[in-house]
Amino acid sequence: MNMEGASVEPGNKKSAFAVNPKALRRKQIRSYMAQNWQLYVLLIVPLAFAITFKYMPLSGLILAFKDYKIARGFWGSEWVGFQIFEEIFRHREFLRALRNTLLLNTLDLMFSFTAPILLALLLNEIRHSAYKRVNQSLLYLPHFLSWPIIGALAYQLLGLGNGLVNNLIEMLGGERIPFLQSDYHWLASYVGIGVWASMGWGTIIYLAAISGVNPELYEAATVDGAGRWRRMWHVTLPCIRATIVTLLILNLGRIMGGSFEQIYALQNKATTEFTTTIPVLVYRWGIEGGNFSRATAVGLFQSVVGLLLILIADRIAKKLGEDGLL
Amino acid sequence: MQGSGIIRVAHHRRRFDLWDVLIYTAIALTSLACLLPFVHVVAKSLSTDAFVIANKVFLWPKGFTIEAYQKIFADASIIRSLYVTVFITATFTLLGMIITTCAAYPLSRRNLKGNAVLTFIFMFTLYFGGGIIPEYINISNLGLLDTVWSLILPPAFSAFNLLIMRTAIRSNIPDSLEEAARIDGAGHFRVLLTIVLPLSKPIIATLSLFYAVGRWNAYQDALFYIKYATELRPLQLKLYYLVVQASESFQLEMTNVNLSNPEVLKASVVVFATVPILLVYPFIQKYFVQGVLIGAIKE
Repeated sequence: MNMEGASVEPGNKKSAFAVNPKALRRKQIRSYMAQNWQLYVLLIVPLAFAITFKYMPLSGLILAFKDYKIARGFWGSEWVGFQIFEEIFRHREFLRALRNTLLLNTLDLMFSFTAPILLALLLNEIRHSAYKRVNQSLLYLPHFLSWPIIGALAYQLLGLGNGLVNNLIEMLGGERIPFLQSDYHWLASYVGIGVWASMGWGTIIYLAAISGVNPELYEAATVDGAGRWRRMWHVTLPCIRATIVTLLILNLGRIMGGSFEQIYALQNKATTEFTTTIPVLVYRWGIEGGNFSRATAVGLFQSVVGLLLILIADRIAKKLGEDGLL
Repeated sequence: MQGSGIIRVAHHRRRFDLWDVLIYTAIALTSLACLLPFVHVVAKSLSTDAFVIANKVFLWPKGFTIEAYQKIFADASIIRSLYVTVFITATFTLLGMIITTCAAYPLSRRNLKGNAVLTFIFMFTLYFGGGIIPEYINISNLGLLDTVWSLILPPAFSAFNLLIMRTAIRSNIPDSLEEAARIDGAGHFRVLLTIVLPLSKPIIATLSLFYAVGRWNAYQDALFYIKYATELRPLQLKLYYLVVQASESFQLEMTNVNLSNPEVLKASVVVFATVPILLVYPFIQKYFVQGVLIGAIKE
């Protein structure tokens, strides 16, 4: 068999290349394939799935540039260029969905991003490992619940007529609060529920970063007379800065994104002002309403802006001397 | 509080001061906030209607009864949706792991020719996709609408899980071990089956759980793709229609009348849908944490 092929290692490729012309290279490739064809066979199934379910849908994006009519079909429908985009940018519902997406994600960034950092700093102060473990287990729990369950729990707790919280408020002599039934209360509840659901799980990465801090730094700070909060501020936080910045940039890049499941499980008929975000609008216009062209255009707009934001965020991260994302 | 006292403290066990008390309490309260909603719903589900309507139930059942659960277990459509979810989750997890492994092992080999191109093809899907409507049309064109396969096949390939598994194989299995087996004449299939897979058990456990819990909890795709075949609704979608949207009524076999106040039934169906996750939660939590940490490593 081709034993000389076996000894060709990636590092030697160049030297072998320099010595000889094409014939040897062909021979090398043949012997490489003879030994490694199984690797390519393994890749067939994953490639087939990626192509069928991730790449084939991309062809559907042309609907955003066509006036899709079911009767004329996918290919038969007329090309209209950017006309549909011009239409949606003037559409009040789209503008509202765009505003809501940015608003909800910004609020989410302000609260759901900072809460895990604070919680991780506090958890780090706990010295009884059993106490810490029990609390962590409870704090991680919401991450494992589905959005329909969280939505259902929210209505059981925050419901106007018979929610637990309102029952307690009434018992203490207060007035019932429409947590989920009026626009601005809903907005606050949405953000609060988001914090509740993600806060514990978000601490994992920060706790890992904190555990990597050199203990000598703490000892030195203590010797210099730094108390608990100064150690936190001058040792822990600077040491996990890279983690914070990376996650912050990643989240900034997602400001145009948004979870359909979360919002759809928390919305209701009583509040409509803030509950329609871009994914919800795409669902309403496209799957419920059957206006595929318009819904595809909205979705494409979101994907393209989202991708640009991630690329920009990555650039900024690298400029700041942090690890990029890509 | 300053000076030499502090230095001694650094060597001995630090004293438990007022701040510690506050921090320990704050953490305990936050943890309780994660637990108590569920305790309340369990209490509600085990109470008599009258107490629930009168808003008398807090964290302990009043007028203890398991009637609501008997009704749920008698509701064929709820039980059926549980079966559907179990089938989908099991099939999806198996398929997802096969696909992930088949892609991760070749890509973990740095000297694979074409590695950069192949990696790009897979990873591109993380950053850009067709979106809701093109994916819907694709599923429709493939004839998968209103079948369980619309919930199993499309998400089975996950670039994120592939990335995690490739990282884990690269860092856990020394190249020399593979090379040794290769020199002994083992083909790549053999290396994968006899060396890579047995040494990757922890990451396989972690990713299987990622797939399984993700599939168990998702309802978006079912909402989109399962429209007319109501008997194929997975549990989470069923829960959504029953409790969140409350657009569907419980099919009570004993009475043909819908209850005027289904609050107890709602609570018990929430518990019914959550208990499977709670039962496995203590065992899977550790693997999830490991998965997050591997996922955070960037190469």
